[in-house]
Amino acid sequence: MNEEKILEPKGVTNGLQNEHKKIVELIDVAKSFDGEVVLDHINLVVKEKEFMTLLGPSGCGKSTTLNIIAGFVTPDTGDVLFENVKINDVPANKRHVNTVFQKYALFPHLNVYENIAFALRLKKLSEEEIYERVEEMLAMVNLRGFEKRDVNLLSGGQQQRVAIARALINKPKVLLLDEPLAALDLKLRKDMQNELKNMQRKTGITFIYVTHDQEEALSMSDTVVVMANGKIQQIGTPTDIYNEPENAFVADFIGESNIIDGVMLDDYKAKFSGHEFECLDKGFNKNEPVDVVIRPEDVDVVPVEKGMLVGMVTSVTFKGVHYEIIVDIDNFKWMIQSTDYVAPNEKIGIYIEPDAIHIMKKSEFSNMFGDYSSFSDELERLSDTNEEENEEDE
Amino acid sequence: MNKKSNILKQAAAYPHIVWSVLFIIAPLIFVMYYAFTDKEGRFTLENITSLAQPSYLEVFLRSLCFAFLATVICLIIAYPVAYFISKTSPKAQKILIMLVTLPQWLNFLIRTYSWMALLEDTGIINTILESLNMQPIHMINTPFAVILGMVYNFLPYMIIPLHSVMSKLDNRLLVAASDLGCNQFQVMTRIVLPLSKSGIISGITMVFVPSISTFYISQKLGGGNFDLIGDTIERQFQTAYNYNLGAAMSFVLMILIVISMAIMNKYSDEDGGVIV
Repeated sequence: MNEEKILEPKGVTNGLQNEHKKIVELIDVAKSFDGEVVLDHINLVVKEKEFMTLLGPSGCGKSTTLNIIAGFVTPDTGDVLFENVKINDVPANKRHVNTVFQKYALFPHLNVYENIAFALRLKKLSEEEIYERVEEMLAMVNLRGFEKRDVNLLSGGQQQRVAIARALINKPKVLLLDEPLAALDLKLRKDMQNELKNMQRKTGITFIYVTHDQEEALSMSDTVVVMANGKIQQIGTPTDIYNEPENAFVADFIGESNIIDGVMLDDYKAKFSGHEFECLDKGFNKNEPVDVVIRPEDVDVVPVEKGMLVGMVTSVTFKGVHYEIIVDIDNFKWMIQSTDYVAPNEKIGIYIEPDAIHIMKKSEFSNMFGDYSSFSDELERLSDTNEEENEEDE
Repeated sequence: MNKKSNILKQAAAYPHIVWSVLFIIAPLIFVMYYAFTDKEGRFTLENITSLAQPSYLEVFLRSLCFAFLATVICLIIAYPVAYFISKTSPKAQKILIMLVTLPQWLNFLIRTYSWMALLEDTGIINTILESLNMQPIHMINTPFAVILGMVYNFLPYMIIPLHSVMSKLDNRLLVAASDLGCNQFQVMTRIVLPLSKSGIISGITMVFVPSISTFYISQKLGGGNFDLIGDTIERQFQTAYNYNLGAAMSFVLMILIVISMAIMNKYSDEDGGVIV
């Protein structure tokens, strides 16, 4: 259908400038498992020195994409190019790509030193050279002095570091990371995010990172690839993805957003919730139905008489930096983030600046997201952990 | 509260302790008693020293040799089979393991007689060969037949422990190894083999011990030409009524097994503490 056309990466700017060469390219790659479509003809270009994140919920095909690049999975159709050479039939052990696995997959019968030295031993390098390079890696991941340790007795964070050192010692051109931080606690995860980003800058190796954590994706990547239902929904820099979501799915998945049914009356003029708004978007047909995205932090709370829209506050939650306010406007629940307190059951007005409004084409995801009527923190957290567990079977 | 549960825990061990004392410790004491006494019940080392004759040494050596060969052959056959089974779906694994144990549902004697029927000079295999105008092969009453009988009977005991270790092998480790540059063969030698070592050791134990002490297989498939320790011991108890000599043989056999296991444990270093 026509809508799918706009999802192709044609003309989409990657996070890195064009001066960098293509290193990995997927052309029209599709994959099904037991008749179930996991990847639906995707196209993707990864550039040298790029930190690219594949972001999406479980079952969106992001891990399969990674496995296809690694060579663990063969695509049904389409080509995988590495430095412009087709590598569909090159086995995993012959590719210049290494992987950091979700649950580390360290070899339990080898100690820290031998785990890291594994790839070099296969190359039959001299003992001195192996020693030198293993020590260099241990220094990089801050594990000096751990050589003789049993990997089974290391903490999660330490195992993760061994896994990274083991994958990087081969000096791969591309490092694939499959939810490498998912099993770590929040504090450690934040530290490792910074470390990974620094390592990537220092080594200049291309990182392709898979995660379902949007915050992780936004804070680490040069380029974010949002995936859902086996398709790429949007490719762009973190700011593009956040500010200019391509469709309702991306808007909902990245950050919080109110997604409202609307009509584009004319260029720069949208109508939704029974009110006409000025906006900065153009190029739609006259009276074309659209999805309107408004981020909770972009909505201003004003007295009723000054409001463009008026609604009833149904709940207020203190979040530290701001209050999270749910407002019922014509039976549609908006989320608003404000530093000013308002009381529940109070009538308030809201004001929206033209640059706070982002207009999107209708898509298969329209009307699926964006209302906060059933919103609860607890549910969100529950669904998060489920995702982590399910991801593996993909 | 805690004390109570401790007592309960201890109580759970009693049936096994009683069992062990009645059926393992006590018989062992009897064996020792008979092995080191003469017919009048006086202490003697004569039973043991009398085993130092060439004829007995030959029996011990042959038993050791046959058991060793049977174990090695079992391992070579069972390893790929177990690996293959562990790579199938959980449902298929259950069925395949059941098929592996299926021959054990038949009586041991019947299985051995069946092999006689197959291997005899005028048996089923040679009849088929002749009907195909091929030279018949003399198989019955050869060491080949005896070792074949052992392998056939004890193979499941090798496959099952190997399979149980391999089915727990994390597939991601194999993927990680190939990611780091291993070809299929290197994945086997560097990951699968070292990680299935405990299965190999219990498999070897479970085949070697019954092989070295087996009787009857050799009598039927070896035509009585290849006496094994088990047969010799049986004869002391059933025909010669020399309990003391039979017990002495059992005792030496036990020592032999302990030594073999000790040697193997030495090679399996840290993670092999499975047996004895």
